[in-house]
Amino acid sequence: MEKARLAVDIGGTFTDLFLEWSGKRSSAKVLTTPRAPEEGVMTGMAEILKTSGAKPSDLGLIIHGTTLATNAIIERKGAKTALVVTEGFRDSIEIAFEHRFEQYDIFMMKPPPLVARELRFGIPERLDGRGNVLIPLDEDAVRALAPKLKAQGIEAVAIGYMHAYLDGKHERRTREILAEAMPGVSFSLSSEVSPEIREYERWSTAAANAYVQPVMDRYLGRLDEALRKLGVTCPLFLMTSGGGLAALDTARKFPIRLVESGPAGGAILAASLARRCGLDKVLSFDMGGTTAKICLIDDGEPQHSRTFEVARQYRFLKGSGLPLRIPVIEMVEIGAGGGSIAHVDSLSRVNVGPESAGAEPGPASYGRGGTEPTVTDADVVLGRLDPGYFAGGSIKLSPEKAGVAVDKAVGKPLGLARLDAAFGVSEIVEENMANAARVHAVERGKELQDRTMIAFGGAAPIHAARLAEKLGIGRVMIPSGAGVGSAVGFLMAPVAYEVVRSRYVQLDEDKFDPAFVNKLFAEMRAEAEAVVKAGAPNAKLVEVRTADMRYRGQGHEITVDLPAGDFTAASRARLVELYETGYAATFGRTIPGLGVEIMNWTLRLAAEQPPVDKAPPQPADIPSKARGSRPVYDPADQDMKDVSVYHRADLTVGSCVPGPAIIAEDETTTIVPKSFAARLTPIGALLLEKVEA
Amino acid sequence: MSINDPLSPIRLQLMWDRLIAVVEEQALALMRTGFSTSTREAGDLSAGVFDLDGAMLAQAVTGTPGHINSMARAVYHFLDRFPAKTMKEGDIFLTNDPWKGTGHLHDFTFVTPTFRRGKMVALFASTCHVVDIGGRGMGADARQVYEEGLYIPLMHFAREGKVDQTLTDIVAANVREPVQVVGDLYSLATCNEIGCRRLIEMMDEFAIDDLDRLGKHILEKSKQASLEQIRKIPFGDYKFSMTVDGYDKPIDLVATMTIGDTGIDVSFDGTSGVSAYGINVPVCYTEAYASFGVKCIVAPKVPNNEGSLSVIRITAPEGSILNAKHPAPVAARHVTGQMLPDVMFGCLHQALKGGVPAEGASCLWNLSALGGPGRADGDPAETVNAKVFTIMSFHAGGTGARPGRDGLSATAFPSGVRNVPIEVNETISPIVVWKKEYRQDSGGAGEFRGGLGQIMEVGTLDDAPFAIAAYYDRIDHPPRGRDGGQSGMAGRVALESGHKLRGMGQQTVPKGEKLIISMPGGGGLGNPRKRPMALVAEDVRQGFISSDSARRDYGVAVNDDGSVDEAETAKLRAVAAE
Repeated sequence: MEKARLAVDIGGTFTDLFLEWSGKRSSAKVLTTPRAPEEGVMTGMAEILKTSGAKPSDLGLIIHGTTLATNAIIERKGAKTALVVTEGFRDSIEIAFEHRFEQYDIFMMKPPPLVARELRFGIPERLDGRGNVLIPLDEDAVRALAPKLKAQGIEAVAIGYMHAYLDGKHERRTREILAEAMPGVSFSLSSEVSPEIREYERWSTAAANAYVQPVMDRYLGRLDEALRKLGVTCPLFLMTSGGGLAALDTARKFPIRLVESGPAGGAILAASLARRCGLDKVLSFDMGGTTAKICLIDDGEPQHSRTFEVARQYRFLKGSGLPLRIPVIEMVEIGAGGGSIAHVDSLSRVNVGPESAGAEPGPASYGRGGTEPTVTDADVVLGRLDPGYFAGGSIKLSPEKAGVAVDKAVGKPLGLARLDAAFGVSEIVEENMANAARVHAVERGKELQDRTMIAFGGAAPIHAARLAEKLGIGRVMIPSGAGVGSAVGFLMAPVAYEVVRSRYVQLDEDKFDPAFVNKLFAEMRAEAEAVVKAGAPNAKLVEVRTADMRYRGQGHEITVDLPAGDFTAASRARLVELYETGYAATFGRTIPGLGVEIMNWTLRLAAEQPPVDKAPPQPADIPSKARGSRPVYDPADQDMKDVSVYHRADLTVGSCVPGPAIIAEDETTTIVPKSFAARLTPIGALLLEKVEA
Repeated sequence: MSINDPLSPIRLQLMWDRLIAVVEEQALALMRTGFSTSTREAGDLSAGVFDLDGAMLAQAVTGTPGHINSMARAVYHFLDRFPAKTMKEGDIFLTNDPWKGTGHLHDFTFVTPTFRRGKMVALFASTCHVVDIGGRGMGADARQVYEEGLYIPLMHFAREGKVDQTLTDIVAANVREPVQVVGDLYSLATCNEIGCRRLIEMMDEFAIDDLDRLGKHILEKSKQASLEQIRKIPFGDYKFSMTVDGYDKPIDLVATMTIGDTGIDVSFDGTSGVSAYGINVPVCYTEAYASFGVKCIVAPKVPNNEGSLSVIRITAPEGSILNAKHPAPVAARHVTGQMLPDVMFGCLHQALKGGVPAEGASCLWNLSALGGPGRADGDPAETVNAKVFTIMSFHAGGTGARPGRDGLSATAFPSGVRNVPIEVNETISPIVVWKKEYRQDSGGAGEFRGGLGQIMEVGTLDDAPFAIAAYYDRIDHPPRGRDGGQSGMAGRVALESGHKLRGMGQQTVPKGEKLIISMPGGGGLGNPRKRPMALVAEDVRQGFISSDSARRDYGVAVNDDGSVDEAETAKLRAVAAE
């Protein structure tokens, strides 16, 4: 019998589990237990094993994602960490970019560094920008440091030397000396964690890795033990922020690569659906209680990047967090969710979010003491949510409480009737998301029109169609199991590893050395292969190589996919051509006569995925039967109008629901506006398509 | 009222939000494609949309305040020269006139009319700093604007879609980095075009044929919101003056701020006359930094547009350093302009009885290093084979202490720049930075401490001298504290061997020498002896202040183990209180 595969996603509030066994799927949702997250996991395991009928020995694979590392950084509950740097640069991780991310706020605070100044130490040593040694490592100074670190009770040490991305020998030697004197302490080297040029970001990443390492190590140890006790013998893989799976020892070595794993799972789910349905241009839209995440997926692949910010001081404001240079799936996250609070500002403008009512007290309509109107409250007032059937009926909603809150905070200050005020809140939050999506697209040089939106997360199906309209998108897909979307995505991720190197290469005719690049990639391949083979020993491997390139004199690079195979002298012209194609696609033109240079090289190696089952074609429409109707706000008539209500469970493949309509299910509600029609597709997803007028 | 009603506040807000999103997108496109360090790292650029009368409706929030209303004013100059009715679809206009643009020749301003269905509906403008404009190069040494580079009057960049090749050839022939500079001109044209395209899409979506009603709403709301904030401040005249180093002699920056029912008027009467060197400020740039300072305190959340800017009115006497006339040199006008928010805070401090930060380092302490033949003084044989390089990285001292909070260390204010990583500069040049760390005791003592400055030590791998283009202030006149807070530590520029360099002007770092740049700290706020002793001890433990300073300035005795000697501290503080 085929072995079962289990995904476990620990989020801030809930721990989601999803199990697939011989074609059958089960899910479970339990409360997260922040102090000992493995307890929540074990509770959920017991539940899902029961509902699926599987025994621990039936499990063939467990894939796990967790926000534990992120939370340790946000809540500053990591290890007592020291940072050892090149003498003269003790303050780089605190000086950061020297800028203010909030121009007009004279009270702005910068995020405090993870390692305070008293625990940052300079060591005499120095490489130059070509990797030559200007000052040899002062080993005596390193030896003299050990007793100081011990006296401070240091649990983790990050080491960051200037230009160590070119050669980590001084960092490695420093570790050797210190490790001998300090058994049991963990070490994070900037040349291993993030071997990229730009000292602040590299050291910030190394420091964050060191900071979370002991915490993650202990947690993963406890989880492993608990699983063994239960009788689980299968391998455990960790979901990384880059969308690949990592084996346990890689995760323990580079725990910082696990920070954004949940959202990555959502993007992978959307990418997998895109491949199954042959959608080459997709926008994935994940809207939960607090945030919305938008990710662009072209040709079945999400955008990758190596820039991430954790623990933003000002919620969602770029530049206000700690930068991490780790492989991530590129997405934009904004403070727009069902719990986002609406208020009117001094310019009589409606603001929605980023403050969220969270789960406690929650939206006013929950009746748990919340008095401020949220997006969910607006949806209740507008009739979009069934007060008696929210979260499968587990939470009774009060339309009156929602209405009073909307009146007080928005209606009265603006002189708007309740319905208009509620519709305003909904329109503003949708506009905010639309603007974030547009900016994200510009930054990536992408268009939004003609994409298919894949929407999941509790609040997304309510707002998806309207957001799509604002973005000029005519197709919206809502997958089944949208409520545990990230966990579902985990099961679709490959074992993968990404390696990066900063090597400055000018693409001038006399300067390009193909042998140098081939040697570099051979080393990178060997490093990645060791990691991936450990997790997927027999798999065929897929390699993707990229380079971060720019015109000489520019400060930002664009990432270009490189052709397979060895480089030759003829590759130089090809590289320039690839860059110019990418540049033109992003910025609409090229700049003739200007030299091109490469700053970084990456290699991503993944176990080959089994080919996806292509979705069968959509059968002929079958009329669907409504369960009843209820009044819902109609923007054109500006009044409540009766709208048919369907249950998703009643629909069969081919069922067609013309808008306006509501399609209800336990975890969410889909709004089909008048201008759309919904169909249930052969893969169980709802597809909303704009009806040509 | 329904949302479809043209006057619905929700509908107007949606359109307003969209208009801001349009100009943010315009700015982003420019930042992503710009070449000069200041454009891409410092966001030294601006983008905005204007009505047909030239009133600015929305502006992107970018990294530096220097363009806030200088660019807004520029559009009026363009409309004077090229009336709206003469503009044709596909026309693009430009200038780098310091007096009609944004204050120096390095900044180009582009204006593009937007046509929808054959009818002109708006104008987009954008500004960015180009990497070079010929002349002496970026620096404060010129005696006339003619020495500072190529001067392009208000003219067409393109006529009905056709770019003026003669113009771009002339620009290319006059600058040191022709490909990059001409590239930036195209970036400016492109970002305006993106703005136009997005505006047309927005007008289609909301089904409006002009921006009249929306524009009126934006300007009125913004003006009212700004006035509401201003009217909370006690009316009256508030005078303040601050002296800074200048190039060759000190400069008095003197302001009288009049707060009344119709807004805030600032007069810089009494300010020193023009400088002989390029630190003079055209009045458009004076307006930009002065109004930014006012806005930070008074109405930080109201978006920038003609409505909100119209209630903050700035004047400076002609011929003063803050209203320098052609042909005065102006290339490094930011050195003086960046001091103006401190002067505005000084006025508002009296009006508000507090509520403003202490003075900060304020002007940037950039590393502008030049290498190669002819760049440095001395025997030309020494540099004839030297590596050619130009390095420009933005650096900052400390900001003034804020009410309730310490100042920010090594952080730019009022400019909002980002530095360039040292590893990047060391990769593209022979420069080596040996040290870049906080400067102990540089933050002015106070109940709230000023931000710390930093120390940078710079040398080269090359066997040759190199030059720096210095434009540093606050060496003779450190940032002052307020309400009993002490001054921040003054800046210093010197060679490792001890020779002191001037704060302003191009100078040589001889072969084998290191340059040591010590940046000023911000002023303190409030009596330092009121600072809780635990915080003082923490500052000592972290090395932000020395134990000597703790004792001398704060009256706190800190033991060698970092704990507070409370008995001794009580004694010290009692003595000080007498």
